[in-house]
Amino acid sequence: MARYDRAITVFSPDGHLFQVEYALEAVRKGNAAVGVRGTDIVVLGVEKKSTAKLQDSRTVRKIVNLDDHIALACAGLKADARVLINRARIECQSHRLTVEDPVTVEYITRFIAGLQQKYTQSGGVRPFGLSTLIVGFDPYTGVPSLYQTDPSGTFSAWKANATGRNSNSIREFLEKNYKETSGQETIKLAIRALLEVVESGGKNIEVAVMTKEHGLRQLDEAEIDAIAAEIEAEKAAAEAAKKAPPKET
Amino acid sequence: MKLDTSGLESAAPVWAASNELADGFSAAPSFELPNTTDFDGFQKEAIQMVKPAKGTTTLAFIFKEGVMVAADSRASMGGYISSQSVKKIIEINPYMLGTMAGGAADCQFWHRNLGIKCRLHELANKRRISVTGASKLLANILYSYRGMGLSVGTMIAGWDETGPGLYYVDSEGGRLKGMRFSVGSGSPYAYGVLDNGYRYDMPVEEAAELARRAIYHATFRDGASGGVASVYHVGPNGWKKLSGDDVGELHYKYYPVMPSTVEQEMVEVAGA
Repeated sequence: MARYDRAITVFSPDGHLFQVEYALEAVRKGNAAVGVRGTDIVVLGVEKKSTAKLQDSRTVRKIVNLDDHIALACAGLKADARVLINRARIECQSHRLTVEDPVTVEYITRFIAGLQQKYTQSGGVRPFGLSTLIVGFDPYTGVPSLYQTDPSGTFSAWKANATGRNSNSIREFLEKNYKETSGQETIKLAIRALLEVVESGGKNIEVAVMTKEHGLRQLDEAEIDAIAAEIEAEKAAAEAAKKAPPKET
Repeated sequence: MKLDTSGLESAAPVWAASNELADGFSAAPSFELPNTTDFDGFQKEAIQMVKPAKGTTTLAFIFKEGVMVAADSRASMGGYISSQSVKKIIEINPYMLGTMAGGAADCQFWHRNLGIKCRLHELANKRRISVTGASKLLANILYSYRGMGLSVGTMIAGWDETGPGLYYVDSEGGRLKGMRFSVGSGSPYAYGVLDNGYRYDMPVEEAAELARRAIYHATFRDGASGGVASVYHVGPNGWKKLSGDDVGELHYKYYPVMPSTVEQEMVEVAGA
């Protein structure tokens, strides 16, 4: 089996591209990232490893803008992410130049996925070791979207999804608890999902919210703490309600 | 000289991130230069040779009900009228029209090429391309051939999500958005009639008649325009050809021959 690792252009006898699968492993080791789509808002959240004391946390932004109306979060190799993000940003502007229109979320996702695929079918290169969550609004219809891409170059649209560490548990949680929400409810759902696998607290998660009118807005620690506290309170109330015997009249 | 097919690929964006992998960004189109002692003079001559070919009248304007597009149908080579039945309004796709002025082959080929690109855009993006986008694609291609002798003066008219759209695109690489355009040797005459009679709130029949009259007047005064005045209307459901009238017949329709009263009758003189 080890012989089929070397050049990724070679299939293994049972039809695997091992380099791509190893890239997926790298993603599984990366920070958890979650995305939730609401009716008028899209939310991205990523797990933040506690910043070292001397590190300037402003330079470690995990959720980035691709254009005024599109944002991206990823799990996996952050250096690869930088390269992919730069190419995507250029493509967003190039599209604006050639057709005088902003990109749609689907278009830029297709571009990024196409780029990831190209690196699985070329000589002497390795695949990008990251999966991305791309959110945004369609420039004309205003419909919000959430897409996910992975190192193999496949992509699809989601109502809510997670990638990176413990993504399976987060996805299970989302499948159980997802409903069509808007505004603050969507933000709460995303944070609840992330808190399933991350230590509670504003300093361990980074959350960004995108609306059609205001674009991308990073929530600051205090806001996240406040919402986390609300969530805790709701959880405690639900627990108490379960424990208390039902009153009979 | 090798055949240059790079124009059939998408025009390269101005800045391409340099990387090892071929991105499908084509290099600027090129062909071998002819061996002449004075290449600049040769270029000027080539341009002069093509210039008179913009013998035509085409016009288009946006109004409340959409876009009106009209053109004549005469092709001339110097003083010789080579055809009276040229289709100068090209159907790019069911909701976009292009007009032809300049080199007929250039216009026809690049409009068909634009039609291909528009269809590919629809298939890839699951939505129609905007008039803005289509005209920009054409303008970028023509710009990349700038100075190589293409002669194209076209208007792209269509109806998209944002409503009616009209752009003027030419082989110098220029692209203008506007409400009223006329292109060709007969355009000054057409502008006179068009600008005089234009109102935004016209109904379709009035707009069609205005377009028809403007073409007729241009063909009356300009020797390089004539034949049939075609009028098309682009509405929310696409384009529709409204009329194609011979301008000779239009002349007698607008200015019928009146039997005029004679002041003095010639009397037969009897005898000597």
